[in-house]
Amino acid sequence: MTTETIEWTAVCAIDNILPNTGVCALVNNRHVAVFRVGQNQFHAIDSIDPQSNASVLSRGLLGSLGDRVVVASPLYKNHFDLHTGECLENAAYSVRAHAVRVAGEKVEVALS
Amino acid sequence: MKMMKIIVVGHGMVGHKFLEEMHQLQVPGVHVTVLCEEPRPAYDRVHLSEFFAGKRAEDLSLVAPDFFEQSGFELRLNTRVASIERRNKTLTTQDGEILAYDKLVLATGSSPFVPPVRGNDRERCFVYRTIEDLQAMAAAGAISRSGVVVGGGLLGLECAKALRDLGLQTHVVEFAPRLMTVQVDDEGGRILRNKIEALGVHVHTSRNTTEIINGATAHHRMVFADGTHLETDMIVFSAGIRPRDELARQCALAIGPRGGVVIDSVCRSSDHDVFAIGECAAWNEQVFGLVAPGYDMARVAARFIAGQEQVAFAGADMSTKLKLMGVDVASIGDAQGRTPGCRSFRYTDENKQIYKKIVVSEDGQQLLGAVLVGNADEYGTLLQMALNGIALPADPEFLILPSSDGKAKPGLGPDALPDSAQICSCNNVSKGQICAAVADGVTTIADMKACTKAGATCGGCVPLVTQIMKAEMAKRGMAVNNHICEHFAYSRQELYHLVRVGMIRSFDELLAQHGKGLGCDICKPAAANILASCWNDFVLKGELASLQDSNDYFLGNIQKDGTYSVVPRMAGGEVTPDGLIAVGQVAKKYGLYTKLTGGQRVDLFGARVEQLPLIWEELIAAGFESGHAYGKSLRTVKSCVGSTWCRYGVGDSVGLAVELENRYKGLRAPHKIKFGVSGCTRECAEAQGKDVGIIATERGWNLYVCGNGGMKPRHAELIASDLDKDTLIRLIDRFLMFYIRTADRLQRTSTWRDNLEGGLDYLKQVLIEDSLGLADELEAQMQHVVDSYQCEWKTAVTTPEVRQRFRTFVNSEQGDQRIVFMPERGQIRPARAEELATDIADGAPV
Repeated sequence: MTTETIEWTAVCAIDNILPNTGVCALVNNRHVAVFRVGQNQFHAIDSIDPQSNASVLSRGLLGSLGDRVVVASPLYKNHFDLHTGECLENAAYSVRAHAVRVAGEKVEVALS
Repeated sequence: MKMMKIIVVGHGMVGHKFLEEMHQLQVPGVHVTVLCEEPRPAYDRVHLSEFFAGKRAEDLSLVAPDFFEQSGFELRLNTRVASIERRNKTLTTQDGEILAYDKLVLATGSSPFVPPVRGNDRERCFVYRTIEDLQAMAAAGAISRSGVVVGGGLLGLECAKALRDLGLQTHVVEFAPRLMTVQVDDEGGRILRNKIEALGVHVHTSRNTTEIINGATAHHRMVFADGTHLETDMIVFSAGIRPRDELARQCALAIGPRGGVVIDSVCRSSDHDVFAIGECAAWNEQVFGLVAPGYDMARVAARFIAGQEQVAFAGADMSTKLKLMGVDVASIGDAQGRTPGCRSFRYTDENKQIYKKIVVSEDGQQLLGAVLVGNADEYGTLLQMALNGIALPADPEFLILPSSDGKAKPGLGPDALPDSAQICSCNNVSKGQICAAVADGVTTIADMKACTKAGATCGGCVPLVTQIMKAEMAKRGMAVNNHICEHFAYSRQELYHLVRVGMIRSFDELLAQHGKGLGCDICKPAAANILASCWNDFVLKGELASLQDSNDYFLGNIQKDGTYSVVPRMAGGEVTPDGLIAVGQVAKKYGLYTKLTGGQRVDLFGARVEQLPLIWEELIAAGFESGHAYGKSLRTVKSCVGSTWCRYGVGDSVGLAVELENRYKGLRAPHKIKFGVSGCTRECAEAQGKDVGIIATERGWNLYVCGNGGMKPRHAELIASDLDKDTLIRLIDRFLMFYIRTADRLQRTSTWRDNLEGGLDYLKQVLIEDSLGLADELEAQMQHVVDSYQCEWKTAVTTPEVRQRFRTFVNSEQGDQRIVFMPERGQIRPARAEELATDIADGAPV
């Protein structure tokens, strides 16, 4: 039995993300959208919007739809669940969600 | 199958209505020819006086541009019929051409009655019926100082407005002792006269003109039977109409005792292959001088000819409501109180110059008639009561008395109306049809107009239509949820008030006090927009930044590949050569695709987020400001070159456009706003297709509002004429702030206007007459926005915590390698999917 070690990458300081917005980080050459919901909740999903193939999800507006916390793509307004990466309007456009944690003042991401 | 040949004589409002009905019925094997003696197809004679208020002949046209191609009907202009040979079923045109018909429809209308006084054929004597008449009046008006209208009836007063619009000292000469003899009573006539005289029109009643001779101080002298006289430069006769029945007389059809072709209940004349509709027809010895009964006849005749048996014209209600020079006048049923035993209630307000009267039956149960002068708010309710025989309340006087305690009047709920009640008389729409449309899913007044045509002609019934629609929706449990989204149980309009009244400055406050959840991509930008309209703080300041959608967050327009476009403001479309060179140099340096916009400026495409502050720093250094192309805000004020250079220009359109653009730049609104300013009526700036359009006149500026190009083109409507610049700006301030205050989210002014209860009249009352008492507040709110303007890009590049957000990656200085351009026509364009060799799954370039 092998123990998989999770590889965490520090992407920025907490203060680099304005509350209720996102930023795009390059993690192992992958475009990852990292969001700060309220003061201290963080989420990460792929930043590339499958419908447009453009790296824009980090620039979407955050919000809630029912109980789900979502980001809306700025291009075609699809909503993505920040916990799962699921696209609410069309499952075929879903993206991957990644792990995030705060270590000291740093926000760290681990690719899933 | 043999073709049925139908010939229509006369292409006026009623003639055209017949054609529309025939087209709609889609009867196979019918060939329709319409002969029109005028040089242009049917136009709206009801709104003829708007010709002098800036409308052009084309604006008044009633014929959809492709109507004749679509219908296959044939229109012959400038074709007058000389005679009808009923025995052969032919007619002969004045050019001698003989045309055969199976069915002939006379829609020849009426001609103005000119009193037979000596001198009535002098030059500068006119009638008021056709666009040619108006053009001749306008030409004479230019060389006249004063004008007289002979006739103080409905049309005469319309005509007086036209003379006043021409800038003439205007007189009305009436034979009877009061104005509008048919529609109002003595007291109503007196109040109407006071109101009209207060507008600068001189009224002379009980004057019988005996002859017209050369004047001493003016072109004409009118001599009256009582020995007095009046001098004037031009005269317009508008003393009633006479049916144009000369063709019917020539071919010996039966003629009514007071003229007009005698028709039966399906509009057939004494020859069953000849029909007559509109003002040339006499039904039950009556000639109807209004358009609604004419339309009704057109419908009946068309359906009967198409083979429908169950149609009949059953007379018409002659109730009318109109606005004469801004004065409301309405008349219902037995306005004069001629029914034996009837009783009336009267209310006069000498202060506001308002007169209201109702006439009720002897037993006090039924409303027989009414007269309203100065204020006609009760017209809809009273008319329905009279038409449907609805039982009156115990104290009917309260129907017309003002309510002192603000309580609602004993009005008439839509429930009281039978389904058969005709709500829109222009288009014959019943309450039942309106309710059926709701059942089919119609929930807005704009859709209701499109679907049923209710309220689409004169608009007088729109308040009642709205009431019925809403009541029906409530009954069906369709209480329209106009909540902006799941986080706020309020409409945009309500949120605006909550923000204003509660002095709310942030989304967190708004959500905590009035909402739930986290907010979303609907309510956040809407709230940000409302906050900006009210307080005008920098849109990227603190928490506000997190509410902005990508365009407002990066102050550019996002494109399909995630790049942004850059649009520097060029107020009025004016740009110096140095400015143009600077823009070109920036575009060249950053490799941007360059295109001119429809709003007379330059758009630069393909900028990555980290390039935006650098680009703008250079543009700002060259003297440019943000063009707000990304915001729901004022975009551009398009202009033509105007009187400065153009040999036709009568106003400095560029100067005004620059001033207006600089005044309203940065103003956030429910949707984008576009202006246009033209230096003359040639309208090269296409101002009538804009939210706010301004056209220079010899005497100032005409203001048009709520136009639109785009998906649903709509002509802007004239709301005021010949304004000086200060008044113009004041009205625009009020208009924009009123729109910002009351519109829905992402509702352009055109849709807002289509849904505005009370329509254009209401808008004019609010903006010009200040009926809501809001004008000062609206102006002050606008002044605050104007005074607190800042160039958002200047603030963004000089505020470090804002500027540092303009980067592609938070953890790398590199740009987005996935953005790839290809060359096309000497510039760049985004690479297409098949041109990219990128692994979509992880986003890394291969």
